[in-house]
Amino acid sequence: MIKVMEAISRWAIPMVVLVIPLWGVVRGVKVYEAFVEGAKQGLLTTVRITPYLIAMFVAIRVFQVAGGMDLLLQVIASPLRLLGIPPEVVPMLLIRPLSGSGALSMLRELLHIHGPDSLIGLMAATIQGSTETTFYVITVYFGAINITRARHSLPIGLWADFVGFIAAIYACLWLFG
Amino acid sequence: MINWIWFLLLASGIVLAASNNSAGLVTDAILEAASDAITLVIGLLGLISFWSGLMEIAERAGLTDLLARMLRPITRRLFPDVPPDHGAMGAIILSISANILGIGNAATPLGIRAMEKLDELNHEPGTATDAMCTFVALTTSSLTIIPITVIALRAAAGSQDPAKVIAPTLIATSFSTLAAIMTDWAWRRIRRGCH
Repeated sequence: MIKVMEAISRWAIPMVVLVIPLWGVVRGVKVYEAFVEGAKQGLLTTVRITPYLIAMFVAIRVFQVAGGMDLLLQVIASPLRLLGIPPEVVPMLLIRPLSGSGALSMLRELLHIHGPDSLIGLMAATIQGSTETTFYVITVYFGAINITRARHSLPIGLWADFVGFIAAIYACLWLFG
Repeated sequence: MINWIWFLLLASGIVLAASNNSAGLVTDAILEAASDAITLVIGLLGLISFWSGLMEIAERAGLTDLLARMLRPITRRLFPDVPPDHGAMGAIILSISANILGIGNAATPLGIRAMEKLDELNHEPGTATDAMCTFVALTTSSLTIIPITVIALRAAAGSQDPAKVIAPTLIATSFSTLAAIMTDWAWRRIRRGCH
């Protein structure tokens, strides 16, 4: 099963890159011209995202280095402990929506300290896999089309991350606890 | 809302830094983060351009329309405001598939493409539509079935069974995606009721 899924993710891109132009040729599309036209739009899109990314990256980093994360951690640690959530994995809840690379390095550290097959290691890995870097997705997706009023997207994204976090912990407790 | 969050992150960070006497850290962080954003953009430039080019071929060849027609029974319910034969539907499906298969570096460019298509249906420039919110809710809830990166990290850390996390990840992802879809639906309903 894993082998099959790994093979799919390895072959998905080459296959898609073969099938799409092939389909185009069969249907009489001028594939080279179409590609260049689309790629030109892609360049403009990426340039459009840039200011949004700079704004978000700077704000998040300033908050992090000033110790804002640690302060928030102290506030939420005790109510979460009442829910039976181990304090070791709580930092994942805060960092995951804000920074993808930050969450990955925290996961690496937790796997190293507690061992990949410990309950904490399993929980941290499950949290990483079942949540998203919500701030990044929202910044990039809405930035690409110059949308600043994202309405309920951010609260729902963060809520989904929270549900994923709690579900990951209870699923691990139930399966491996 | 995003204005307030952005301001609060910056302002509370600087006030905190002032109270810890670590203003120097903040200065370094600002410069570093701004140039990190540019490094990321340089990587994205090639990736997004490539996938946009490929999507242009797929659209002209009618491939995205075909995909959209095949999955119409599901997408019609999730995105009632998007005409089933509109190009946005195919782009949404491709982006979601890339997310599910765990090919993250294709998922972002495809997602952006879907947002551009959805923006063609937007009557209020600068404000997100219902369909955009639903699509972003799905994406931010995480759709991964096989977390390839996580499994690789576990293997690197010397795990006896790196793939052991697949079962709990599947459970947790189902809950988070369900929570996102249900909240989005409820939010829309409540808003409609107000008008």
